[in-house]
Amino acid sequence: MTQNIQTLKSELASMIEAANDLDSLEQARINALGKKGRITDLMKTLGGMSPEERKTTGQALNDLKDEIAALIRTQEDALKKQAMDQRLATETLDITLSPRPERKGHIHPISQTMEELVTIFADMGFTVAEGPDIEDDWHNFTALNFPPGHPAREMQDTFFLPEDPDEQELYAKKLLRTHTSSVQIRHMKENKPPIRIIVMGRTYRSDYDMTHTPMFHQIEGLVIDEHIHMGHLKGCLRDFCEAYFEVDDLPMQFRPSFFPFTEPSAEVDIGCSRKDGGLTIGAGEDWLEILGCGMVHPNVLKNCGIDPEKYQGFAFGMGIERIAMLKYGIPDLRTFFESDTRWLDHYGFAPQSRPNRALKD
Amino acid sequence: MKFTLSWLKDHLDTDATLTEITDKLTAIGLELESVTDPARLYEPFFVAYVEKADKHPDADRLKVCLVDTGKEKIQVVCGAPNARTGMKGIFAPSGSYIPGTDITLKKGVIRGQESNGMLVSEREMGLSDNHEGIIEVSSDIALGTPFAALFGLDDPVIEIGLTPNRADCTGVRGIARDLAAAGLGTLKPLNDNPVTGTYESPIRVTLDLTDETRDACPLFIGRHIKNVKNGPSPDWMQARLKAIGLRPISALVDITNYMSFCLGRPLHVFDADKLKGDIQVRLAHQGETLAALNDKTYELDDTMTAICDDRGVVALGGVIGGADTGCTDSTTNVYLEVAYFDPMRTARTGRALQIISDARYRFERGVDPAFLPQAAEIATRLIIDLCGGTPSHHVVAGEAPAWERQIAFDPAIVKKLLGIVIPPEQQITILKSLGFDVAEETPSAWLVTPPSWRGDIEGRADLVEEIGRIYGYDKLEAVSVPKLTSVTQHAETNGMAHARKARTCLAQRGLNECVTWSFTNQERADDFGTLQKDDAARLQIVNPINAELTRMRPSILPNLIEAANRNHARGYPDNALFEVGPIFLNSKAVGGQRTVAAGIRSGHSGTKHWSGAHAARPVDIYDIKADALAALEACGAPAQNMQITRDAPAWYHPGRSGVLRLGAKIYACFGEIHPALLEKMDSREHICAFEVFIDDLPQPRKKGTGKALLTLSPFQPLHRDFAFLVDEDVAAETMIRAAIAADKTMIVAADIFDVYQGKGVETGKKSVALHITIQPREQTLTDKDLEDLSQKVIAQILEKTGGSLRQ
Repeated sequence: MTQNIQTLKSELASMIEAANDLDSLEQARINALGKKGRITDLMKTLGGMSPEERKTTGQALNDLKDEIAALIRTQEDALKKQAMDQRLATETLDITLSPRPERKGHIHPISQTMEELVTIFADMGFTVAEGPDIEDDWHNFTALNFPPGHPAREMQDTFFLPEDPDEQELYAKKLLRTHTSSVQIRHMKENKPPIRIIVMGRTYRSDYDMTHTPMFHQIEGLVIDEHIHMGHLKGCLRDFCEAYFEVDDLPMQFRPSFFPFTEPSAEVDIGCSRKDGGLTIGAGEDWLEILGCGMVHPNVLKNCGIDPEKYQGFAFGMGIERIAMLKYGIPDLRTFFESDTRWLDHYGFAPQSRPNRALKD
Repeated sequence: MKFTLSWLKDHLDTDATLTEITDKLTAIGLELESVTDPARLYEPFFVAYVEKADKHPDADRLKVCLVDTGKEKIQVVCGAPNARTGMKGIFAPSGSYIPGTDITLKKGVIRGQESNGMLVSEREMGLSDNHEGIIEVSSDIALGTPFAALFGLDDPVIEIGLTPNRADCTGVRGIARDLAAAGLGTLKPLNDNPVTGTYESPIRVTLDLTDETRDACPLFIGRHIKNVKNGPSPDWMQARLKAIGLRPISALVDITNYMSFCLGRPLHVFDADKLKGDIQVRLAHQGETLAALNDKTYELDDTMTAICDDRGVVALGGVIGGADTGCTDSTTNVYLEVAYFDPMRTARTGRALQIISDARYRFERGVDPAFLPQAAEIATRLIIDLCGGTPSHHVVAGEAPAWERQIAFDPAIVKKLLGIVIPPEQQITILKSLGFDVAEETPSAWLVTPPSWRGDIEGRADLVEEIGRIYGYDKLEAVSVPKLTSVTQHAETNGMAHARKARTCLAQRGLNECVTWSFTNQERADDFGTLQKDDAARLQIVNPINAELTRMRPSILPNLIEAANRNHARGYPDNALFEVGPIFLNSKAVGGQRTVAAGIRSGHSGTKHWSGAHAARPVDIYDIKADALAALEACGAPAQNMQITRDAPAWYHPGRSGVLRLGAKIYACFGEIHPALLEKMDSREHICAFEVFIDDLPQPRKKGTGKALLTLSPFQPLHRDFAFLVDEDVAAETMIRAAIAADKTMIVAADIFDVYQGKGVETGKKSVALHITIQPREQTLTDKDLEDLSQKVIAQILEKTGGSLRQ
């Protein structure tokens, strides 16, 4: 019997070893360990043996069963690995092929800049106010202390629209706002001090050449409170410019100027360097004009129903395209409005990099 | 405003350098625009001696000259007929830039003879058109004398940008006064001593104005001057006028220009013999005409100030003189007009007639109302000095307009407005140096009288500016604006937040953001708008900048389509563009302007790709519908609850467009652009577009910041597919809504996954396959439960569509 078991063992072992795929291995398993398998057959003979013989033969058969099962498992693992290797060998792809095309969209530099402005001025305690692009003479000029017929009105080439028959006098004279300052008036008419607002949006002047477009964007700032003086204006603009241009200790100079709606008025230059044909914002040998500002004229406060004896404050305005061009090195104003897809791809911003002072770009 | 350094120094006694002067101008608000120093341009040129001038051996018209520069002797080949031995001329060494001919000299060989540099003509120096010969200079002038100094061309020209409030600085003297106040020297006295008249003027003046119109010309001073001799003005005057860009004409005309730029005082000189009778100042009659000095004839109206003689209008007060009564070379008797004209009326007249003149520029800003008598004396003296003649007594009509006013001023306001302390005594010094009178009633109550030439000073803020600008804005101390809250508040408005979210969403979906004009043209506005006639008319720009930008846009789409066309023309046919911006429905401040997120996709969705045709499919309305829905959802609008109707505006393809709405309220339109419009706009690709009206979106109801509680089912969702045969005009949405209606709690999703027409499906029908997702809520579903639910779905759909189940 021992002899038989040995023979069977070597027979089954070579059968398992010969199985070169999972199907023939399964066949070998059934042959050996199945209900009608060879080992099972031998197990069935145990019943006719003496207790002594049954014990030794039973033991031997159980050992045989375990050994064969182990052999099958080993063979199975080998075969599975072989099958996997074969499969992987056939599944190789050209990883250099391009992925499926997806369009990349971009945010326009004007929008990006306006969002930057909101985040900086929000940190400085400002909120945003809005007003219409189509304005009237009163809001755009008269309330801002440009009397009708005053030559200062001709500083700004205004686009006019037909009169609105539903309105009276200066309110009927429709025009495209020449500056965002008209929103100062609308805001002060509706809100009491303290006021800290910025206004951003489209403005229009009838001028079209290398450095002017009939439509452009402005940001306006307005702070009205009891003790706001021109030093605060300087501090506000310093804080803003250093944050926006990302330059510490940015040199800044105030030059006296004239705007009908501010008194005293100033134009502001920041330091720059024009070496080698480039332009770098920061300490340098030259100055660059970036904005106009001043203390809000008492007449303007009066026109909005705010007592100039009690309240005072400042206003400033600057061109958004201009500061975008300076920060991002965009050379030509007119290209902002051409919607050239190559320009948008190049100067536009990825939608995930929205400005946020607290988070890094 | 332009002037020269020497002109300034006529009025300002100063040791300051040119740079100190120009820096100070900017610092006190007279912003320097440019300095041109002609001495620099003419630096290379100097006086040289022609030691020998021999005929060129190989050219009849040329001479070979030996030129002594004082340092060396150089051979120069010269073609000028007047080049000769023993003369002195102006030498330009090789390497120098010749301004008149715009060339840089090089060493050369002319017909075999070496030539180094040249002897120059007036034309080559840019002095005149004279090229007859080279410039000759007197023999007593030393070799090496700079050309610029010799010809008076070493006077730097300074140009400042003058703000409209500073009428006083439209003359050199006003600028000198400001510089003196700022500590850059002292103002020299002005010689305005009277010139005694010797006879009664034969021409009298009346002001034919009423009490209401008196301000048009409150004061007119006239003076007859006889036996003058007109001719060219002297070199010094011509040089100054030329330096600031004025063309010298004759002494009498040049004097009026000189007075304008020197003293900011425009005046007029008539040829007295061409005036008929006396002078009368009145408002023009409607339709009267004036043939003006600029060779144009103007039709006047009854708001304009006319200077008239017995025949009619001879000048337009404050704006321009008449051609018929102007001075010429043969003028022998003149009539000087020194008058005050109302700024507003002058401005209105100038604007209405589109006349830009140096007189208008000054009168509309407001000339010094107290300076007329002195100006008349100064002008008389200039005329007599330059042209001879004898003056009459003055003729004075009217009186100077009242200009004196007192401003109550507390010096403490300087600290309050500027944030810095300027001692009261220093404030007084500054004000007085600018010509203000200060009466100190008490230490905190001053009465300040501005000078007659500062009509722009109205109140105490103006005084603070005067003190501040002379004291120096550089001394302002920067202080951060105190914040009202310690933590940053939301700064955006709701509208801005929507715009930002829509913009970010659309860019993430692959569209490029554009910013296009708020304008369009008439035709596009009509094609892309549904405005009432009156509203449309009021959006028409009265003075458009060109024919393409005449109307406020009623839609963003035409601009985007044109952008796509331009990109196509550059070789980029596949475009995905959007803009978030305004459209205009009428010209009202409220409700006239809406904010829209509009986008287009044109051509194909991508380039050809190995992965299959889908990657480069032509864009269609389902791409653009997805954009519209995504933008709505980004803004928090309940896009999935919106109805879709077929009533998109006329610029869309009627069968391939839709409207997303809640009841009557429209939130978005999408579709293919109407092919007829694309043809009209020369678009070579089909274009799909959307418009989302983001300024008035419904927001989901929210209570606080908490989100609704999430309950998760322990049971797995089940999926079932069905296929129906329905009429081809049955909308997908009808079937989806019907399926969900079968069991609103358990059927959580339904969508179409196949639509088929063709072989096996009869004409007029379509086969639609529907996939539903069932989420058991209470317990797992038995086969029977599932079967019952399926039957309900089928029954619902068959009822709503009249179709049949496809086996």
